[in-house]
Amino acid sequence: MCLGIPGKVIEKKGNVAKIDFGGLIREANVSLVNAKVGDYVIVHAGFAISKVNKREALKTIKLVKEIIESKV
Amino acid sequence: MWNELKDSRLINGIIEKIGQYKLKLTLMHACGTHQETLSRYGLGSLFSKVGVTIKSGPGCPVCVTTAKEFLQIMRLAEKGKTVAIYGDCLRVPVNGRALMHFRAEGYDVRIVYSIDEAVELARSLKNDVVFMAIGFETTAPSTASTLVRDDLPKNFYVLSCHRFFLPAMIKLLELGEIKLDGIIEPGHVSAIIGYKPYEEIRKRFKIPQVISGFEPLDIVLSVYYLVKQIIEDDVKVVNEYNRVVSREGNQLALSFINKVFYPKDIEWRGFPIISSSLMAIKEKYSIHDASKQFEDIISKVQYDPSPLEKTCRCGEVLRGVIHPQACPLFGKVCNLENPVGACMVSVEGACRIYLEYSELF
Ligand code: SF4
Repeated sequence: MCLGIPGKVIEKKGNVAKIDFGGLIREANVSLVNAKVGDYVIVHAGFAISKVNKREALKTIKLVKEIIESKV
Repeated sequence: MWNELKDSRLINGIIEKIGQYKLKLTLMHACGTHQETLSRYGLGSLFSKVGVTIKSGPGCPVCVTTAKEFLQIMRLAEKGKTVAIYGDCLRVPVNGRALMHFRAEGYDVRIVYSIDEAVELARSLKNDVVFMAIGFETTAPSTASTLVRDDLPKNFYVLSCHRFFLPAMIKLLELGEIKLDGIIEPGHVSAIIGYKPYEEIRKRFKIPQVISGFEPLDIVLSVYYLVKQIIEDDVKVVNEYNRVVSREGNQLALSFINKVFYPKDIEWRGFPIISSSLMAIKEKYSIHDASKQFEDIISKVQYDPSPLEKTCRCGEVLRGVIHPQACPLFGKVCNLENPVGACMVSVEGACRIYLEYSELF
């Protein structure tokens, strides 16, 4: 129950949103985050607890590539 | 982009970097989801080749909930209440009996996916519905934001087993049973609490910490960050999981927790009483607090472990003192079909994860 899963908000009505978890669609309560359609969120036990910042994810990957290419 | 977070070329690239330092390190993570990723992608053996051992800590909420708390919810079911639980709680055995056995005997035990479903259940029934609220700061905000609602049905109650995560980590470091070179902190608890609170641990214990996401690349990068801190002798709190965790955390979620709960001392499975670690429900919301409304039933519950349960070493597994495989019952008497302890039941339990993936590696 405590596994947090990232998914994409595809529809929102009040506090309830339809979230796409890689093809599996489930409803989740989004009252704890300010999520819009198109945002990625982390869902725990039916509640979104945080948004996922795509730009930061890209930065992480870029950083990994830099570390691998670095000398030390 | 999401696939790159699982890219084996990138993962191996970072592991190679870690290997260059030729260190011997013991690290700990405190989240079942981290263990899942480590086991699923075989990262444990990749790390051991470069001298890094990652132990599993007290990061499974179902596992750290005590047998006594499970007995309380069982007793409420026996007394005719409808009990609503997360799926992970169904098979946790106490004296050889789990909630699923109570259900088979005709007691009303329902599995819910979220607290919203438990509220709807109460609305649809005349009977009292008691929701067993388990989890750290990741699930506690959903319970708290529900308890402040003014449209809750009168027959809806919460048995709060929610715990603050940090007191356990601090207790573990105070106990000092194992020597740790660094901690991989749980990304989703941190999404709520932010990363300021880890400063206290840094100041007191001078131990390197990193807040980590859950993809394989997150974990190897996190270990790399810990290695860097050790090499540079610069103890910090690094946030690897920038895409989800901010310094302040989720302020709205925290405000619900603070509004509804107050910290109270409680025992954890495998730990002595940890002060101020239970999220107890404040007086203002006590009409929905099962521990107050059914105090007569709950206060009488006593737990005596059976001889078999006395040999379960879940507690030591949760403190990172032993590896699940060191338990003589692991995979034999205690298995996925017939679990002896909670660590073999929960999808986040270390014993279960090791057994499930043991055939793979
Ligand atoms: S293998 Fe089973 S008996 Fe042994 S510690 Fe784990 S849960 Fe307990």
